[in-house]
Amino acid sequence: MRGEQILIRVIQLGLFASVFGAWYWATQSGVRVILLPPPELVWREMQTLLFSGRLWAAAKITLWTIAQAYVIAVVAGIAVGFLVTRSRTLVHIFEPVLSGIFAVPLTLFFPLFVVFFGIGPDSKIAYAATQCFFPIALNTIAAFASVDELYVRAGRAMGASPWSQFRYIYLPAAMPVTITGLRIGFFICIAAVLGGETLAALSGVGKSIALAAELMETARLYAWIAFVVIVSVTLNLLVLAAESRSEQRNEANK
Amino acid sequence: MNGAPLSLTQVRMIRFALLLVLVAIWEFYARFVSTSSLIAGPSDVVLAWWPKVMGDPGVRLAVGVTLIELVIAFTMSVVVGMLIGILVGLSNVGRRSIYPVVLVLYGIPQAILLPLVVLVFGIGPVAKIAFGFSHGIFPVIVNTIAGMRNVSPLLVGSAAAMGATRAQQIRYVIFPHMVGTVFAGLRLAMTLTLLGVVLAEIFVSQGGIGFYTLAYSETFNPAALMALVMTLALMAIALNELVRLVEGRFSRWKE
Repeated sequence: MRGEQILIRVIQLGLFASVFGAWYWATQSGVRVILLPPPELVWREMQTLLFSGRLWAAAKITLWTIAQAYVIAVVAGIAVGFLVTRSRTLVHIFEPVLSGIFAVPLTLFFPLFVVFFGIGPDSKIAYAATQCFFPIALNTIAAFASVDELYVRAGRAMGASPWSQFRYIYLPAAMPVTITGLRIGFFICIAAVLGGETLAALSGVGKSIALAAELMETARLYAWIAFVVIVSVTLNLLVLAAESRSEQRNEANK
Repeated sequence: MNGAPLSLTQVRMIRFALLLVLVAIWEFYARFVSTSSLIAGPSDVVLAWWPKVMGDPGVRLAVGVTLIELVIAFTMSVVVGMLIGILVGLSNVGRRSIYPVVLVLYGIPQAILLPLVVLVFGIGPVAKIAFGFSHGIFPVIVNTIAGMRNVSPLLVGSAAAMGATRAQQIRYVIFPHMVGTVFAGLRLAMTLTLLGVVLAEIFVSQGGIGFYTLAYSETFNPAALMALVMTLALMAIALNELVRLVEGRFSRWKE
């Protein structure tokens, strides 16, 4: 077991090293700098962005946009999900409609958002909130619809008020699947804001990336990409770690 | 959770009525309430659909090119993704070392790579195919690996005990059991490939869909913009149904 663990880490490190090696080798062997700048140039550009305050200025706008969009989607998604599961009929009517819309890439509608909400952050907020509303609402529906009827009936038989039914039966039972929806929604929200900013915006991280490409400042372009990759990889690793921890806990409880 | 269960037809009728009410409200709002030139009612959208939008040979060409880009990108994602997924999923060490890396890469918002993709591949169809491919391949890899893991080792073991070669085990035991999970991945891949292709199409505004969406937005022609967008959305739904149909064929053995 121990040996396999080491082998796995070695393979992962090897993958990482070979990507960097290939990058370095390619820049040494005549790939045009305009397409692939050498790592040290990108590193220098990252430091410039970090210390000149440019990174923070753009990140502040993007983070604020993400936060607003996410809060709107979470409130709307959970409210709709909860209300729909109040009756089985409503679930039958609305669930397929919501999941049908979710299957259509809403990116198609991005130009409409820009027409309606302008080129400022508002269009990105509306676009990202719409995109991540669906996974949140769908998971909330799935979560509340799958609460075991037996527990609710038992609670009611023992005289639980509607509030305590919600607080002590529905909420704990529905929590895990709802949280999955919140997690999926969060990553969709980040991607939607960055995507929207890349397509049409005045400021923010996505716009900075598009601008760097337009001006052919490739090293800066790679530096921006590197920052986003570092942040999103960190977030993903945290989520993966939390997931495997709760999986282990579930295993132990069995 | 209460209320008498409704029949399927009743549910469908309610859903349809709901749709009609929404369209009616939209029409009413656009016609009588809104004074903004940015709101177009459903009737305006339908009227703009032909001949203004789809009657324009340029738009038809752009939609056709997008469709071809989508099909190429999707096919590439499926073939390459399943190949990688199978290679990685075959061994325990491979899965445990590569799978987390794939998951983490999958989590990176790829929109940030769009300007780079266009810089490298130009503004033609190649960039759009590449971007669609990079979106579509991840769900295929992830679900192929997950699908291989779902096959009970007991079944594979007993097939081996009865003398099935490795190839036969893959063909007759592992493949049929992977269908459900893999097709869930393929449906997601279809949506994501379209997302990638459309993102690139909109980003490159010198030609294709992006040119027309920008032109319609800048000339404040919401009806035409909506007609074009709706056409693409219907295309997406049709393609999704197509994948579902193929899935039905492949999982027939379960019945």
